[in-house]
Amino acid sequence: MTGNIAILAYGLAAIGPGIGIGLIFAAYINGVARQPEARGVLQTIAFTGFALVEALALLGLVFAFIFRT
Amino acid sequence: MSLIAAGSETFESPGIADFWQPLVGDGAFALTRTMVVFGISALAISLILARVGGRLKVVPGKGQFAVEGVYTFVRNSLGRDIIGTKDFKPFVPLLFSLFIVILVNNLFGVVPFIQFPTFSRLGYAVALTLVVYVTYHTVGIRRKGFGGWLKSFVPSGLPPWIIPLMFVLEFATYVIIRPATLALRLMGNMLAGHLLLLVFTVGGEFLLLHSSTINKVPGVLSFGMTLVMSAFEILVEFLQAYVFVLLTAVYIAGAVADEH
Repeated sequence: MTGNIAILAYGLAAIGPGIGIGLIFAAYINGVARQPEARGVLQTIAFTGFALVEALALLGLVFAFIFRT
Repeated sequence: MSLIAAGSETFESPGIADFWQPLVGDGAFALTRTMVVFGISALAISLILARVGGRLKVVPGKGQFAVEGVYTFVRNSLGRDIIGTKDFKPFVPLLFSLFIVILVNNLFGVVPFIQFPTFSRLGYAVALTLVVYVTYHTVGIRRKGFGGWLKSFVPSGLPPWIIPLMFVLEFATYVIIRPATLALRLMGNMLAGHLLLLVFTVGGEFLLLHSSTINKVPGVLSFGMTLVMSAFEILVEFLQAYVFVLLTAVYIAGAVADEH
């Protein structure tokens, strides 16, 4: 089998943040559905959490480029 | 099988080297295609905004309506709703400028004859991120003093043994992770999207022109996929501009907020 293990590593690294962002925005949608007036407050919290979780996916992407053979 | 595999040349898949397109000269001081596209976008934005802003009417025409729509969107849902009604006004010019620059430059990735998203080159994303980085740290230090700004990293009401750990973590977040991810998110999305379009287009061209007859149909399908992915790219470009300015507003709101 030939190829680069860095792309495999990035694929594995993207599983967690994918699920995490899905959970965050599921909670955001639920919250706005129950109480539409809370949209502004929840939006700030949702996107703060999104930025933190996506940091891991971006780190995975960067390390895949740095450590490729 | 051999009918499918027979081709006249080997396929070179497009890569990151395709993004380096010097037009005049080479090396560190070359005039690249990215510079030309960015210059065109800056000229277009300033001309359009100056022309619309110079003749404001009470009953808006089409151009003024469009610009007002974008401005109101940024001012209300990105400025006022996130930074708060008290002190969002000084930051609206920054947010609007960032939004317009990122949006127009991203959209240049799908406009015919210009097709090159400037923010697929890391330098441009880093330049915008530096502006945001200096802004939110300066605002934080001005509002709370240097010690107060550092103290605001750690949320209140924590058991005292965890505070040093939280401080190190939050310090790394505020100083390293936030600007890095802000720049990389924009660059990564634009790079990946443009590369996707390149793969479908170059692959389609190879299948149509340089390959055996049975591969013509996948070639046409590949060009069809280019069209579909272009529509998806437009969505991603809007989204990335929105997320960049949204996160800028969130970071500024964190710097401006009072502790309760």
